[in-house]
Amino acid sequence: MTVTLLLFASYADALGASSLDMELPSESTVGELLDAIRSRPGAERLPPKPLVAVNQAYAALDSVVREGDEVALIPPVAGG
Amino acid sequence: MTPLASLVRAPIDPTAMIRIVANPGNGAVLLFLGAVRQVNDGRDVTGIDYAAYERMAQRELDAIVAEASEKFGSTDVAVQHRLGELGVEDVSVAIAVGHPHRDEAYSLSRFVIEELKRRVPIWKREHYLDGTREWVDPTGRASAGAPS
Repeated sequence: MTVTLLLFASYADALGASSLDMELPSESTVGELLDAIRSRPGAERLPPKPLVAVNQAYAALDSVVREGDEVALIPPVAGG
Repeated sequence: MTPLASLVRAPIDPTAMIRIVANPGNGAVLLFLGAVRQVNDGRDVTGIDYAAYERMAQRELDAIVAEASEKFGSTDVAVQHRLGELGVEDVSVAIAVGHPHRDEAYSLSRFVIEELKRRVPIWKREHYLDGTREWVDPTGRASAGAPS
């Protein structure tokens, strides 16, 4: 399945894009998606376990990602 | 009606925020304003640009307002957060709270700003006097966007 990963702020700068299309086996977990990102140029500038949101809610590493889900990497937040 | 929690690009109007939470039952009305500081971490700041994952930020802000209302017993809560480019002294966030009593009003206001800083996906990039710009990482880790 193809999952579009949204990137923001410092993570978008690190990977040089505001979104990435990731090809993943169906029913992959968030942890597996993070493993797949490691091969991308610039991924060495991400922390070991960046926060991930699935469908606009923070998701655990063992959450399952499905085709059509909105997935985003969330850099350390700095509002206020 | 102005939504209770919103991300805005135009300057925040503090008086309008107070009007949103006005209620004859409220003996305490509090307005918290967060502003852009000229010096951060010893560096001279000339401005900030704020970015957000807007759909999720809106959801988290709505959830925080709902949790705060439930926890402290007042629905008179309004939050606005600026996005885009701001200068020094510009107001980046405003939280207005009305409550029958001041103790709960202070607690509610504090809860909203602390939860906002902890979980709402908003990021700020500081602009420094020397012309450089960096995304701020409150966790203290070297910025992923900084040159290595």
